[in-house]
Parts: sequence; structure tokens; C-alpha cells
Amino acid sequence: MEIFGDIILIAITSAIINNFVLHYFVGICPFIGVSRRVDMAFGMGAAVTFVMSIAALLSWTFTYFILQPGAPLTTWLLHLGGAKAGATIDLTILSYIIYIFVIAASVQLVEMYLRKFQPVLYKSFGVFLPLITTNCAILFACLEILKYVTDPKASWGVHQALTMSIFGGVGFTIAIVIMAGIREELDHCDIPKCLRGPGITLIVAGILAMAFLGFSGVDTNLRGVMGLGAKTAQAVEKPADANQPTQMEINGK
Amino acid sequence: MAMDGPTPLERFINGILPENPTYRQVLGMCPTLAVTNGMKEAMTMAGAVAFTLICANIVTSLIRGLLKPHLRILVFTLTIAAFVTIADRFLAAFLPDMSRALGPYVPLIIVNCVIICRCEVCASKQGVAAAAADAVGQSIGFALGLASIAAVREIIGNGSIFEFTILPEAYWPRWGIMLLPPGAFLTLGLLMGGFNLLSARSEKRKKALA
Repeated sequence: MEIFGDIILIAITSAIINNFVLHYFVGICPFIGVSRRVDMAFGMGAAVTFVMSIAALLSWTFTYFILQPGAPLTTWLLHLGGAKAGATIDLTILSYIIYIFVIAASVQLVEMYLRKFQPVLYKSFGVFLPLITTNCAILFACLEILKYVTDPKASWGVHQALTMSIFGGVGFTIAIVIMAGIREELDHCDIPKCLRGPGITLIVAGILAMAFLGFSGVDTNLRGVMGLGAKTAQAVEKPADANQPTQMEINGK
Repeated sequence: MAMDGPTPLERFINGILPENPTYRQVLGMCPTLAVTNGMKEAMTMAGAVAFTLICANIVTSLIRGLLKPHLRILVFTLTIAAFVTIADRFLAAFLPDMSRALGPYVPLIIVNCVIICRCEVCASKQGVAAAAADAVGQSIGFALGLASIAAVREIIGNGSIFEFTILPEAYWPRWGIMLLPPGAFLTLGLLMGGFNLLSARSEKRKKALA
């Protein structure tokens, strides 16, 4: 049952509380560039979710079995090569290069699958798919997986990694579709010339981010309500505190 | 001797204001919004991006004859990934506080649109001198963009600059929102509007004088 609660918590956290676009600032380029119409925005969000899940699966496999300190496959190969009994090797220095390969491969896989089995969808994605290779959000998901797999307190399994990336993509889709809806309405407004385009989009995104800021702290209470222990509390709390001061710190200063 | 395109010096000057990556090209938004809640973090990020951009541009320019068209983005990204690994380990070793504050945004330099765009547009087609000048100019432009946003956010949000308090708590309440994500979006949006307004006015003045 604890696994189930853990998954729900990670899902809600990645999708809404620590939204990839409005809290972690990843995936801003498509967020500003593609959010003019709701159907295009939804297509972009779906494509990103698709690619992110496959990339997360592959990168978790690489990280768990090859890259992390004391990984099963590397240790086995070391022993084959004649190392001492307790020797381990830490290959995390190669993680960025491996992740780039993984992301490029995922984009290729998704493109091939769509072209063969869903040609209409493939045509509607158009030029988005190759662009997703340089999307920050996917590399960010891989980096989060690296952080939590190598963290001895959290030590994420494939279910947690997959949940975080799928719901991270869902959160990205939510944000970009909301923005597209607002921009469709803004097309009828008289915006000052200097703010047209990226300017007004960023200001609207700021107000959206303020709205989503209201969700911060929900994960702490949920954790208490679900009765999950300190093990997950330590691990999941880290991203919210790591980069920005929380509201309580600012008020208390 | 005919030059195709701008000279290295023109590329250098272009990168600072006329083709500023933050305000004109609207590229590299992820670090611009994420690390600008303090001047120190912003300048560290600008330094890391400058190192990566210059090295990646030079290397890409040197291997431009060997690039296959459909694999070139992957090759750029791998080159950038190698240099970002160096920068990341350097920061973790010599500036551990900054490394912890910048968090996952240093590896995200790999997919920073500024660097990939410069490699694609300039370095893969020009010689080493032009590529290097372009890289230095764009880095200075990027640093200017980061500095402008970080200055606004840190002064209004924390009353300090480079963590040196200039607005005491008694005279200026801390606008905490400026240090959080909404402040980043709002600051960048308003500054972009201001930049566009100023450049439109100077265009109008230039046209009136001509």
C-alpha cells in the first residue's frame, strides 16, 4: 500500500505542485513558441509526454544497471575482468552523454512508431518531434531520475521514475493548454506593441505561476494524511527547497 | 577579399545588443528564469555558458567539414555535453555552494537553445575566428541579459546585490514573490517590453534624423 501512496504522491507532485514549466522553468521554449492554439498545444504536450516516458524508462535502466556507483552490470563486468571482491566503479560522469543518446533514441523510436502505426498523428506532430530532442524538460526528467536513483535514501525504482516522467509530461500539457486557451482570447485584445509576442506570454505565465504557487505545501500535508514515513519525505521534499527559498523562509527573514 | 556574411568583429558586436540572445532571439529561457534570483548565481551561470559556448563553437568550427547533415544536431549536442561535464565538475570542485545553488540547471546548458543555435547557424559554416568572435559576443549578450534580470529580482526581492545588502529591511519590505517563479516570468516579460519599447523609439529617432 505504501508503494501506491508513494506513486500517487509523486504523480501529484510532478504534475501540479512542482509543475515542470511553472516551477522548474524547463520546456519554456515550446511553451512560448507553440502555445498559440489549443489543438497544437495539446499535440505538443502529448508528444513531449510520450517521448519523456520512453526516455525515462531507458535512462532509468542505464542509470540503475550501469551508471550508478555499485551498479549490477558494471560490477559484474569488473569481476569478470579480475577485480577484487568489493570493488565498485562510479560511472556517473558519463551520465550526460548517455542521456543525450537516450533522448535522441527515444525521439527516433517515437517517430518510427508513429509513422508506421499512427500516420495521421505523425502528420499532425509535423516538425515538433525532432525539436523535442532539444527540449529541456526531457533532459530534466532524466537528471531527476539520476538524482533519486543515486540518492541512498530514495533509491527510486522503475515505477517511481516512470510515474514522475509521465505525470511531469501531463503537467507540461496542462500548463501549455491553459496558456494556449488564454492566448487565443488575448488575440482579440489590444496589446501594446512592445509587449506583443513573448512579452505578454511571459507576463501571463507569471500570473499562472502565481496561481500554481498556491499548491506548494500540499505534498507535505498529503504525506501526513497518507501516513508515508520520513523515507519519502526527505527525498521528495528536496526539489522544492533546493533552488528557491520557500514562502516560510522569506516571511521569517 | 570578399567576405560572405558579417566579419568576425561585426559578429562580436552583433551578439551583445542587436542580436541579444535573451531579448531579441528569445533563446535560452530556462537558465534565464531559473538562476536569476541572485546576481552571484546569474554570473556563475553566465560564466559556465560562456565557457561552453566558446569551446563548443571552436570545436564545431574545426570539425565542420566532417558533419553529416542529418546527424549534425546530435554531434553538436554531444560536443556541448562533453564541455558541460567539464564545467559542471569544475563548479562542483571549486565552487560547491554555487554548484548546489544552480542545481540541475548546469547540465541543462547542454540543451540550451543559445549554444545549439550558434553552432547550427554560425560555427558549422564559418571559420574558427568568426565562430569564436560570435561566441564571445553572444556570451556577453547573454551575461547582460542575465545580469539585468538578476539585478531587478535581487534588489527588489532581497534588497541586496551580490549578497551585499543595499536596501536595509527597515526601508524596503522584501518582495518575496520576486525570488520565486512568478517574479521571474513577470520580470522577464516586463523587461522585454521595455527593451522593445526603447529599441522602437531609437529606430524612430534614427529614421527621423535620416
